[in-house]
Amino acid sequence: MPDLLIELFSEEIPARMQARAAEDLKKRMTDALVEAGLTYAGAAAFHTPRRLCLTVHGLLAESPLVREERKGPRVDAPEKAIEGFLRGAGLTRDQLEEREEKKGKVFFAVIEKPGRPAAEIVAEELEKIIRNFPWPKSMRWGAGSLRWVRPLHSILCILTDEEGARVVPMDIDGIVAGDTTEGHRFMAPGRFKVRSFEDYDAQLKRRFVVLDAAERADAIWQEATNQAFAAGLEVVEDKGLLAEVAGLVEWPVVLMGEIGADFLHLPPEVLQTSMKEHQKFFSVKNPKTGRIERFVTVANRETADNGATILAGNQKVLSARLSDAKFFWDNDLRIAKDAKMQPWRDHLAHVTFHAKLGSQAERIERIAALAAQLAPALSADAGLAEEAARIAKADLSSEMVYEFPELQGLMGRYYAEAAGFAPEIAAACEEHYSPLGPTDDVPTAPVSATVALADKLDTLTGFWAIDEKPTGSKDPFALRRAALGVIRILMQHGTKLAMTPVFTSCHDLSADTAADLLSFFHDRLKVHLRDEGIRHDVIDACLAMEGNDDLVALVARARALQAVLSTEDGENLVQGFKRANNILTKEEEKDGVAYEFGADPKFAEAAEETALFNALEAAKPKLDAANAAEDYAAAMETLATLRAPIDAFFEAVQVNTDNAVVRRNRLNLLSTIRSTVLKVADLTRIEA
Amino acid sequence: MQPEEDLPGAAGRCGSGPLTLRTPARNQAPDPGRPRSVRYVKGMDMSETRIEKPRSFQEIILRLQAYWASKGCAVMQPYDMEVGAGTFHPATTLRSLGSKPWAAAYVQPSRRPTDGRYGENPNRLQHYYQYQVLIKPSPPDLQDLYLGSLQAIGIDMELHDIRFVEDDWESPTLGAWGLGWEVWCDGMEVSQFTYFQQVGGHDCHPVSGELTYGLERLAMYVLGIDHVMDMPYNDPQAPIALKYGDVFRQTEEEYSRWNFDVANTEVLLKHFEEAEAECEAILAQEHVDPKTGKRIVMAHPAYDQCIKASHLFNLLDARGVISVTERQAYIGRVRALAKKCADAFVQTEAGGWAPETAA
Repeated sequence: MPDLLIELFSEEIPARMQARAAEDLKKRMTDALVEAGLTYAGAAAFHTPRRLCLTVHGLLAESPLVREERKGPRVDAPEKAIEGFLRGAGLTRDQLEEREEKKGKVFFAVIEKPGRPAAEIVAEELEKIIRNFPWPKSMRWGAGSLRWVRPLHSILCILTDEEGARVVPMDIDGIVAGDTTEGHRFMAPGRFKVRSFEDYDAQLKRRFVVLDAAERADAIWQEATNQAFAAGLEVVEDKGLLAEVAGLVEWPVVLMGEIGADFLHLPPEVLQTSMKEHQKFFSVKNPKTGRIERFVTVANRETADNGATILAGNQKVLSARLSDAKFFWDNDLRIAKDAKMQPWRDHLAHVTFHAKLGSQAERIERIAALAAQLAPALSADAGLAEEAARIAKADLSSEMVYEFPELQGLMGRYYAEAAGFAPEIAAACEEHYSPLGPTDDVPTAPVSATVALADKLDTLTGFWAIDEKPTGSKDPFALRRAALGVIRILMQHGTKLAMTPVFTSCHDLSADTAADLLSFFHDRLKVHLRDEGIRHDVIDACLAMEGNDDLVALVARARALQAVLSTEDGENLVQGFKRANNILTKEEEKDGVAYEFGADPKFAEAAEETALFNALEAAKPKLDAANAAEDYAAAMETLATLRAPIDAFFEAVQVNTDNAVVRRNRLNLLSTIRSTVLKVADLTRIEA
Repeated sequence: MQPEEDLPGAAGRCGSGPLTLRTPARNQAPDPGRPRSVRYVKGMDMSETRIEKPRSFQEIILRLQAYWASKGCAVMQPYDMEVGAGTFHPATTLRSLGSKPWAAAYVQPSRRPTDGRYGENPNRLQHYYQYQVLIKPSPPDLQDLYLGSLQAIGIDMELHDIRFVEDDWESPTLGAWGLGWEVWCDGMEVSQFTYFQQVGGHDCHPVSGELTYGLERLAMYVLGIDHVMDMPYNDPQAPIALKYGDVFRQTEEEYSRWNFDVANTEVLLKHFEEAEAECEAILAQEHVDPKTGKRIVMAHPAYDQCIKASHLFNLLDARGVISVTERQAYIGRVRALAKKCADAFVQTEAGGWAPETAA
């Protein structure tokens, strides 16, 4: 049983693509082998910056013979039918067998597919895989048309058994498979011959290549933590960075360096962002002070000076980067302290937010006005909220945020603190962007939440006003995210807010546009509540009610309805209601009358009928009170009390009696049921 | 607020610092246990030559010129217009289009108005130099050729950590993209290395390999200089030794002031629109010149106007009058011009057009 070894050797593969590519190679190749009849004992894939490798051991030397029988037409069938059968089977007449069947003599074709040697199958399948490899991004190079992630230089493809290794013959656009590869680019250049996977792995290690990425990552983490520990420090864990760095080197060499004393006072986020994003450095912190004092970089080679030159170089690069950051920080702090961030705010007047929506400064003024208006609903101080809104985006003009956009908000907080603004305002600078995604926290501080809400509402109404709504998968201004943010803020703070007046006041939305925006919110809300397990028909039943632009009230109603529907009373009430509604609708249609005159108890005949009258009469004030208090649980409870009398009524009474007066009165009674129930929720929308 | 990297060859864009090449390294004997090939450069005269450390900015440029000339590139001169990067030179943008082989290397003065720091920042300049190499089709040993060029300017591979880190290049203004890397030397980006896939909306067949070196940064690193203005421009032993600052400090100051605060934005905006209109007017002409009766597609004059529009956009950007949303629209307008110029260039002989293939 031979072992298969494949190595695809290319120019440097992006770190983020390597692991997935190795998996894809393994899956596609092993699937194809099995499909072709070649089973195997085991397989493993590896990746380094320059190679993808697959080893398959215990592979069948050739695929098994396959015998297939096909039943054909009867011997006396028309010539055309027989010819067609021969064509399909790829045989001639004399190769067919005749067999006696119940219905007479029938032709049989016996097709034998001989087994094929593994090398042939591997060559065929590997070529297909290379030509159709699922790289996230691939490219052409030179004058060829082959695509790979970066230029593909060589293919090593051998089958090894007791007799030794044999190259699998194949040629893809001039790249001829062989049994050689290269070691480390700088530490061991030149090609060498490989006999098996074990030989490959061992020879690579001698040539300064650690084949296994997990082994490289472990070595990096071990060495980094050891070096940090020896200095009484600890490495800030970052699994993503570790995996990335392990994908940038074949021979990891960990070097720890110092961050210049000049930079230690920079905010830790600035240090970390700068080191990670630009340099792929790990941060090393002093556990006593929490400050980041050193960095760890991972080189791809050993040097005669034990990395001294490399470390000095990296340290210099970092110093230059951090000098920039420090320059920005110092300049920014001066503007924050001396001018209370005013120049930045002035500058925003010259920055267009959107051609049709004016400048950032104009937008901020709108947000400030809206924040003042919304503040009471969130128990925030209106003056503070308004001021916070005016300050919150000032850092967009700061040099640090221009350089590191990902630090927006956070820098605002530092600068607002330095400027001496109230802590609530400083917090709002950072928090008003939240929640950014479904997992991001909603700001809890009232001022922050108010500014966040005003910001998002202004964005939404603004883009609705200029008709730039999300369509399909396109949502360039992240409006869905903004709407979900509004919903989550309102829910978390239990903020009662009628949205329609806000929409119309913000950007003078027309009634139609405001209704459209509200229905966008309703759609987002449905998605949000579905995750909570609330049924869509329950939401629809509540959406049909008055005041559906108060999302908190809407949700409270939906939750209460969902709760009552899960009880036996609730479930039966829906049945009773639907029965009443169906009969009523049908009779109203037939008679061409709306039975809304009010029923009169004096025409009640059965005791059950009177009981229903009484129950409806008793429920009415309770429902009105509960509705007025927005106590939807109480309203639902009251509604549930109607279940028994309604059931009993239908049990005992026939609505459509011969007595026209009684019939009319009963239909009017059904109408009362309907109108009473509809005060709480539109149960017609509840699905059975 | 993310500043769009609308221009390629960011080697001069990011404020990464210079590095010192350790001088003691020169005196160390090569480690006999290590392969020798990378300590020496083969190819310039076919013998193994010990590379001396260059002494000045211009010497680094001259060595790159000599190196790439020895590898068969046509050494071109800078394009005589204001551009944001070496890629804008027609020797790259236009010549990467079409089927004709091409190999060129040149220095290109590049202007990034927003990067002006009045000559005070050690690493940032609004005017700097890029070294640009473009070879079509990209040769299979382009990485090795590139590493050879680093050795030629005195970077010792045995002591430094050279890495190819993913960096896909996209130029929204040129309607171009490619895949490649930024090349790191000891954590510093010293070059961009790109295989062009598309330029001006056209698929590149064959593919060009493009190398862009940020010359100041690279030179500061090789020469061990901390502030760009302190870098020797010519030989420090020359009778009149000039530093980079002697040549450029004053102009950095002058242009920074003009770029940021003085440039008349209305005039710039008007020029932008004029360049745009002229570009389109040029391309709207009949292919056959009525005067000479010859077929003359004016791809290059049109492309000059596209370059102008692009630079005017950069100036407007530096004046801070273009918002995040507006800049997309401006970039789109320049891209539309670049695409039309590319369409025109492939209608010329240099762009692979031949009378017999024309329908």
